[in-house]
Amino acid sequence: MDALYIILTSSLFAISCGLLGCFLILRKMAMVGDAISHAVLPGIVIAFLITGTRDSFEMILGAALLGILCTFFIEFFHKKAKLQTDAAIGVTFTSLFALGVILISVFAGQVDLDQECVLYGEIAYVPIDLWISDSGQNMGPKALYVSALTLIVNILFIRVGFKQLYLTTFDPAFAATTGISVALWNYLLMGSVSMTTVAAFDSVGAILVVALLVAPPATAYLLTDNFKKMLLITCLIAIIISILGYHLAVMLDGSIAGAVVAVAGLLFGLAYLFSPSNGILLKRIKQKQEAEKLAMTKG
Amino acid sequence: METFKEFFSFSDPSIVSVVVGAVLLTASSAVVGTFTFLKKKALVGDAVAHSVLPGICLAFILSGTKNPIWMILGAFLTGWISLVIIDNITTKSKIKEDTAIALILSVFFGIGILMLTNIQHSGNAAQTGLDSFLFGKAAALVGQDLIVFGIVAVILIVTVGLFFKELKLIAFDSNYAKALGLPVKWIDLLLTSLTVLAVVTGIQAVGVVLMAAMLITPAAAARFWTNDVFKMTLIAAIMGGISGLSGAYVSYVAPAMPTGPWIVMIISAIAIVSFFIAPKRGIFARGIQQRRLQRLIMDENLLKELYHLGEKDKDPYKGRTVDEIIEERFFPKKALKTALRRLRRQGFLTKTNGYWSYTEAGKVKGQRVVKLHRLWELYLSKYMKIAPDHVHEDAETVEHIITPELEAQLEKMLEYPEFDPHEEKIPY
Repeated sequence: MDALYIILTSSLFAISCGLLGCFLILRKMAMVGDAISHAVLPGIVIAFLITGTRDSFEMILGAALLGILCTFFIEFFHKKAKLQTDAAIGVTFTSLFALGVILISVFAGQVDLDQECVLYGEIAYVPIDLWISDSGQNMGPKALYVSALTLIVNILFIRVGFKQLYLTTFDPAFAATTGISVALWNYLLMGSVSMTTVAAFDSVGAILVVALLVAPPATAYLLTDNFKKMLLITCLIAIIISILGYHLAVMLDGSIAGAVVAVAGLLFGLAYLFSPSNGILLKRIKQKQEAEKLAMTKG
Repeated sequence: METFKEFFSFSDPSIVSVVVGAVLLTASSAVVGTFTFLKKKALVGDAVAHSVLPGICLAFILSGTKNPIWMILGAFLTGWISLVIIDNITTKSKIKEDTAIALILSVFFGIGILMLTNIQHSGNAAQTGLDSFLFGKAAALVGQDLIVFGIVAVILIVTVGLFFKELKLIAFDSNYAKALGLPVKWIDLLLTSLTVLAVVTGIQAVGVVLMAAMLITPAAAARFWTNDVFKMTLIAAIMGGISGLSGAYVSYVAPAMPTGPWIVMIISAIAIVSFFIAPKRGIFARGIQQRRLQRLIMDENLLKELYHLGEKDKDPYKGRTVDEIIEERFFPKKALKTALRRLRRQGFLTKTNGYWSYTEAGKVKGQRVVKLHRLWELYLSKYMKIAPDHVHEDAETVEHIITPELEAQLEKMLEYPEFDPHEEKIPY
């Protein structure tokens, strides 16, 4: 039962991250996603200090604001100080993350977080942290509800705003002429990324969220050229890596989140080499065949 | 205060070695970071920083010790592999560089975490302290480790010094460097190796996660103070060194604190202050410059319109009301009034009973702007073969930035023409 809870929670988070990640990588904003997932840390710590719990809705919202703030800072340094984008991203997220880690150390007694958990989460503890209803009934792990709620919010967001997100991703200039605010949808997307990052933080930690944001969509991107199919394949990959990752972690007696990411990396590697449409090995074989054909006809 | 004096008097020899170590580690990564920054590859450093973790774990698993030489070798190996893979993915598939970086960064780190937790659960007593690679512990460097990493840091700085010219060239224009016959590939390789080595040493100070900051932030801050690469490298090194020194101090005062994040906070604070207050490139300086330019343009446009009005009535010194000026050309009323008052203070205009008129100096200045505008229009249509009805917009901008030298050249080249393409007289 515990294994099922863990795999289910991890899958739900991976799907949420993957769906948003599809938009991120096509917008060439994967590193902004990386930055946000680090930058929400101080928000989480501050919200922790104020609300005293780690899973209230207010906390997720409050911390998510910091992610949006991070996006804003990156823009600000880039536009106002003319700092090149890569440096703007690097300076912003490292300083916010460092602030978060310092806050954790300063309030070590009051904050139920430690530095390691910030990095790779503690999804193994999901089944222990149960939601007990007022009447004393066991409703199952809290994290499961958080992950389900996150996914529902994300699916609603993508469903409602699909046209706008799609257009601002593929043709921002055209989107602007049809009256869609590119900046607004950018911030909305970044807001969702922040919210999802914060919600998933406990379970998978900062850096592994990045893997969930990027690896499944990148793999799917190699397998199809159709955006809707890409979204579907991403969901499928999210579930597969959660199942395989869990078993790998049990086998090696290591971090579950780490193992999930390792499997995600493996799947990407396979797609990179063997994808029917984009795999580099198949491309090479096809090139060879073409060359032989040409040689034959010439001969 | 007591501890402050104790620390900075450097009376304790162990403090001296910690300080020297921390400053060397941070300064050397700042020096190398300058070049990755200039190549706009700052985030690649981030990828390398995360990718060395599996290498460090692998070295530990294979050697069973925390011997720094093994650690460096392991880290170097996986750091290098990560760069090769990123390069491969971006050139051979449709996946973009940012995605490749984020992917490799997180996947390598995930594998590293998996290995690290596996080692931790294995109960091997020698592993304690291996996790200090995550957030750095400059002050924990003692004895042999300090010597090894100190030597690597010195090698880094010396190598950058030796190949300074070549590194500078490929950072700005690798095509030009190639044309000069420089072995661009080898220098690229050198820079990559230096980056990986810098990451390996810097990690001792700030840890894997924040290593990117040691490469990017000092360079970004230094960029705001100078346009000279040598000075920039020097400033970056000094800023990095200061943050390393402060980190060592924090470690000394509060051993429970993670040193890495403090070092990063200090260098970030230096950088953000630089972004704002640096002369010329800083946000404040830019704002002031912009306002000055806007004012200049407003003043010149205003004087120009007064000249146009004077041309119509054949009386340049005739007084005008505010409304009359606005009718000739629209200006926001408030801005117009401020500009009028400013020009009167500077002695270009006078005001009598609500009528504004040129002074001698004002007419000279207004006439010059009109002349430049018309000369430029003529130049565009004569030499650039642009149709006369398309030249106005461009002249409207250029008239404000033509220097007296350029003005003389234009006059000479166009042989002091009498009329512009719209058959309007060019005033001299």
